[in-house]
Amino acid sequence: MAAANQPLDASIPPDEIAERRWGELIIEGVIRVAGISSIVIIALIFLFLLREGLPAFLDIPLRQLFGTRWYPIEEMFGLLPLLVGSLIVTVGAVAISLPLGLTTAIYLGEIAPPWLREILKPIIEVLAGIPSIVLGFLGWIALAPLIQNLGAPTGLTAFTGSLILAYMSLPTIISIAEDALYAVPKEYRDGALAIGATQWQAIWRVVLPAARPGLMIAVMLGIGRAIGETMAVMMVTGNAANIPSLGSGIFFQPVRTMTATIAAEMGEVAQGSLHYSTLFAIGIVLFLISFAINALAGRLVGVEGLRRSRGGML
Amino acid sequence: MSRQQTHKLAVVVLTAVAAIVVIPIILVILYVVWQGLPMLSWAFLTEPPRNGMTEGGIMPALLGTIILTFGTAIVSFPLSIATAIYLAEYAGDNRLTRWIRMAIVNLAGIPSIVYGLFGLGMFVLFLGFGTSIIAGSLTLGIMTMPVVISTAEEAILAVPQQFRTVSLSLGASRWQTIRYQVLPHALPGIITGIILGLGRAAGETAPILFTVAAFYLPELPRSIFDQTMALPYHLYVIATQVPGMPLQIQYGVALVLLLIVLSFTLVATLVRTQMRRRREW
Repeated sequence: MAAANQPLDASIPPDEIAERRWGELIIEGVIRVAGISSIVIIALIFLFLLREGLPAFLDIPLRQLFGTRWYPIEEMFGLLPLLVGSLIVTVGAVAISLPLGLTTAIYLGEIAPPWLREILKPIIEVLAGIPSIVLGFLGWIALAPLIQNLGAPTGLTAFTGSLILAYMSLPTIISIAEDALYAVPKEYRDGALAIGATQWQAIWRVVLPAARPGLMIAVMLGIGRAIGETMAVMMVTGNAANIPSLGSGIFFQPVRTMTATIAAEMGEVAQGSLHYSTLFAIGIVLFLISFAINALAGRLVGVEGLRRSRGGML
Repeated sequence: MSRQQTHKLAVVVLTAVAAIVVIPIILVILYVVWQGLPMLSWAFLTEPPRNGMTEGGIMPALLGTIILTFGTAIVSFPLSIATAIYLAEYAGDNRLTRWIRMAIVNLAGIPSIVYGLFGLGMFVLFLGFGTSIIAGSLTLGIMTMPVVISTAEEAILAVPQQFRTVSLSLGASRWQTIRYQVLPHALPGIITGIILGLGRAAGETAPILFTVAAFYLPELPRSIFDQTMALPYHLYVIATQVPGMPLQIQYGVALVLLLIVLSFTLVATLVRTQMRRRREW
């Protein structure tokens, strides 16, 4: 490729050739520098979270930081209620979206006639495009009263958040799971059918096991989406920073997630105060969780596979 | 139950579940359109809010979202597309490349509220931009990078290798090959990525909460260092922070926001289909 730098056209004066080569060197230099921009940006993000959030880890005793009381007004910064809140909402969301998402992916990939597929897939893509604030608004104004009518003391509960989050993570789960199913060689299906399996047996016994790593990625990225979601969750979960009492009603109590806490309280805190750094500390926790999910998923399918999945999620 | 019966039952269940997934999506969109449509008028789009936002239109918020979308584009695209070109055309199979890819994958996974914190820490406070259009655009621009990079890279990689070989063998330099052979053919795919990224930015609330969004600001911003209202945050404010807000206006704002974001998705889909149809190789 180095020889290609010699233009064949002798009519171009030497000066211009030199100029052009300089121009190209500059452009290629810029592109190479831009190439590492993502590394720089992610380092900057972590750096600035640490810069603002580190005081919280240094100044608040760890026992208090992992305590059960989040009362910023009384300088009580226990993160446990928020962690538990995020956990409950996420677990609920995954419990709903996982069966729905995987089943829909199987339906789209294996059962649905092509014409129906062509209609259903864009509809699911549209869901991915609906802003979370719009879904949160609908949850707040239409879904919460509905859930209250079912007999809960309030409609703003962990379950309301889970339900909305479940639908928000469905496009991610469906699209990645479908890719995973699609990647299973056709011969596997044919082989199973040829030895007399029904189509369902072929799916259940052959295709699904073969697609397992991809399906697990779908689940993990779905979880990542649910933990990080902010606006919709903030509007519908009631924002009570208590650890819900255990029992069958656990999903039907108001909770407050980590993301919602940041969004709701950052506007009111004094810059540099302990409360302010604690909100950044929550940001650090969220950052690390998303890192951990990626690391785990990357271990399953490698960075290349993960990149493909992330790409397929758009 | 025989195997055939199991199969039939499975098909029924699968179909039912797919319906449970798809039907609420259609209902949600129809519901917002149904409730918001009566509100939609030229006056609603072009007048400022009046009387504590309980009357009038949404012009400052709508304009703010348009400005922020442009700002996002200016920040995100040069960097994202240069990165995509680097990854597709220049990067070797080495540790640095793997690090870059890992960084992009991780950027894609960071929650949007954390981008908001980052924007507050770096652009608003450290660089001293204050709560401003420039701080918000930088935050949103960085947030959209992973989407644009991966779509653009895919589009560049999809250009057949022979195009490059022929161009190089005719004496073109590496950059000339990229500039005149690869990029023109990858353009529709790159544009799709750009539009998808912008659609996402236009609908986001969490990253603009502390970096640019104003609760209520009847006059328009005069420079990039001013705050601005924005539609997503405006919807949050009128739905939860303003008592006695007429429902009609809330649905109207939700509908306008939905239409803006969905039109981005629609255009991206059209460009992609068009591209697939016109592809000559």
